[in-house]
Amino acid sequence: MSNLMNGARILLECLAREGVDCFFGYPGGVTLPFYDALYDHSIKHVLVRHEENACFAASGYARATGKVGVCCATSGPGATNLVTGLVDSLMDSIPVVAITGQVTSKLIGSDAFQEADTFGITRSCTKHNYMVKTVAELPQIIHEAFYLAASGRPGPVLVDIPKDIFQAQGHYTPVDQIHLRGYRVTTDGHTGQIRRAAQMIWEAERPIVYAGGGIIAANAEAELKDFVERADVPAVCTLMGLGGLGSGHPNFISMPGMHGSYAANMALSGCDLLIALGVRFDDRVTGRLAAFAPHARVIHVDIDPAEISKNRQADIPIVGDAKRVLQKLNRVVAELEPQMRAKSAPGRRAWWKQIREWKDQHPYDSPRSDSEIKPQHLMAEIDRLSGGEAIVATDVGQHQMWAAQLVRFNHPRLWINSGGLGAMGFGLPAAIGAQFARPDKLVFAIVGDGGFQMSIPELGTIASNGLPIKIVVMNNGYLGMVRQWQELFYNNRLSSVQLDCFPDAEKLAGAYGFRGSTVENPRELAGALEAMVREPGPYLLNVRVTPFENVYPMVPAGGAINEMVLSAPVAAAQ
Amino acid sequence: MLQVISVLLENKPGALMRVTGLLTARGYNIESLTVARTLDPDLSRMSIVVDVEERLRSQVIKQMNKLVNVLQATDLTDCPAVCREMTLLRVRAPLEKRATIIKEAEIFGARVVDSSVDGFVIEATGDSEKLDEFLDVMQSYGDIDVTRSGAIAVSLELRKLRLQPPIHLAASLAETEEEETNGVLNG
Ligand SMILES: Cc1ncc(C[n+]2csc(CCOP(=O)(O)OP(=O)(O)O)c2C)c(N)n1
Ligand SMILES: [Mg+2]
Repeated sequence: MSNLMNGARILLECLAREGVDCFFGYPGGVTLPFYDALYDHSIKHVLVRHEENACFAASGYARATGKVGVCCATSGPGATNLVTGLVDSLMDSIPVVAITGQVTSKLIGSDAFQEADTFGITRSCTKHNYMVKTVAELPQIIHEAFYLAASGRPGPVLVDIPKDIFQAQGHYTPVDQIHLRGYRVTTDGHTGQIRRAAQMIWEAERPIVYAGGGIIAANAEAELKDFVERADVPAVCTLMGLGGLGSGHPNFISMPGMHGSYAANMALSGCDLLIALGVRFDDRVTGRLAAFAPHARVIHVDIDPAEISKNRQADIPIVGDAKRVLQKLNRVVAELEPQMRAKSAPGRRAWWKQIREWKDQHPYDSPRSDSEIKPQHLMAEIDRLSGGEAIVATDVGQHQMWAAQLVRFNHPRLWINSGGLGAMGFGLPAAIGAQFARPDKLVFAIVGDGGFQMSIPELGTIASNGLPIKIVVMNNGYLGMVRQWQELFYNNRLSSVQLDCFPDAEKLAGAYGFRGSTVENPRELAGALEAMVREPGPYLLNVRVTPFENVYPMVPAGGAINEMVLSAPVAAAQ
Repeated sequence: MLQVISVLLENKPGALMRVTGLLTARGYNIESLTVARTLDPDLSRMSIVVDVEERLRSQVIKQMNKLVNVLQATDLTDCPAVCREMTLLRVRAPLEKRATIIKEAEIFGARVVDSSVDGFVIEATGDSEKLDEFLDVMQSYGDIDVTRSGAIAVSLELRKLRLQPPIHLAASLAETEEEETNGVLNG
């Protein structure tokens, strides 16, 4: 029979069946049989320069498309290198399947060379994980892994495969059914609850939508737009939800939270109805929980029942997929509109007026200088070049917050960053994944000088694949976000935050065979960015910015979100 | 406060760790834990007694129900349920005390399961408080060696168990039935 093949080949057949066109990985001893099978298979394998980046790239691929991202690592050190990437995907609910090699079955437990308890180590880093025991169960497990990763609340799933399973011969018959008895997903949302919610929405005077990553995961942008328009409700999008409602939409206020806008935080604090859609009331959004939206009743829609009433008690809990729930909700909202709209109009007019005032009183800071490039100036220029259409992957730190504030996104899946875990080193490899997923798109990687130096090895991946990624290093010479906290809360005792050596960008990029440059004159910034975007290949632009700029507004840790520090006290500026 | 949880889970490698890991990751101390196969050999039933803050109890149940290998996690703390524990204890019994020890054991419904010149091995079952009392009494006869099983619990109410039907890979997400829920599925 021609369907007799080894486990490695079976794995590839399963990946192909799941529609995997490319994946990210790094080979090693126990995955040799797998890489041998890959040698003449059509699926593209991208050789990254570190396994952590394989997982970040898979995550970037998944974030840019909604498809499952796949990464692969060898046993022992390869597998342990995946851990940060897995937790990042877990925290942000990103569908990723990780394949790891394991030592040969009969050596497991013997402290064999490059043996690590991957199954044990990654249990709490994944939505679910598997260790394959026989080649016969391999197809079943692979398809279960993909199903689990992508369905319900998405997340990373790891499959650990001993070397002998890759080598064992088995009859491959495509699996067409999987059975996960204990895995229940409620998608539709309870009709009665949705009806009550619609009623409450029309009755509210000061409603607000608090939309998060769940909108993106559910591809619910059209439904969200319909909803805010029909129900006449303003919306804030969290860091994970940016692009869920286009930044240019009149109902979009901006991002809430620790570095959110004045208007967004005031609106959340003043609302009488909080319509929480695919959010988890993260502390970076809520600030002091007891003071968060203190006058509001709460409608909470989430596909994960455990998120509902976890941090904030919901008055109307709705377990379901954001898209499906919004579809139903929109129908009921429309049904009630004729009898409710006129009644709710005066209250809403006052609410909108108030929100516009808040917006006008304190828009985001965007200082300019003739002598130095202000970080905000840089983000505004990138925003201009993107026009809300480019993919922007960032690293973690001040640059991430300024980008979130000042770069606009007309669509979901353009804004890519490590929200929940806040993992430095994420930005560049995530941009690689996104560029592979969307070769048609202009992709910016906006990274700090700190985070960039965690990912420099991936310049090799970019160069060897000719990825036209536009790498913008916002170089403030510091671990800026940590420096900001030391300045504000530790008497400006700057401890181990200065990055006093940064490689020459032109030489560094040149060493990899592509172009790079440094810009520090604000008058040359626009030109430098334009030249970068015109470059057909990759480009590394090192932008020297004001070192001591702080991100505002800022809600100090543990504070209520309406108690923002809006800008630097004049005397404190260095 | 102590929470009694009954968990029906797939009898698969790692399943037990997933349940206990969920508790230890949150810093909860497990007071006792028992697990054994059910009539269906592919499934196990666990009874867990764990120290959890009152307001976090439903969160724990929800998190357990999310585990892929868990078919049903139920909070039995405030429900009609029967809770039992077993203990085996060795007590030194010099000749002159033997009769009293046996009598005392009888009062608690305990049985002597082994006897030697040194003493007895006694088996007792009951709810945990009753066993505590019994052990107190036995201690008054001298040093005892105790092994306790930890509590096992069964709900007096029949609970509907909703299981995921098989999924056809070609089809998209299965339609789900409608249910009123505050997020506790299969609680
Ligand atoms: C892996 C990792 N280590 C440490 C941190 C803590 N941290 C958060 S922001 C930050 C500074 C980042 O510096 P840089 O990349 O230069 O960005 P900037 O804040 O200056 O824009 C640090 C160290 C982190 N988030 N991730
Ligand atoms: Mg920096």
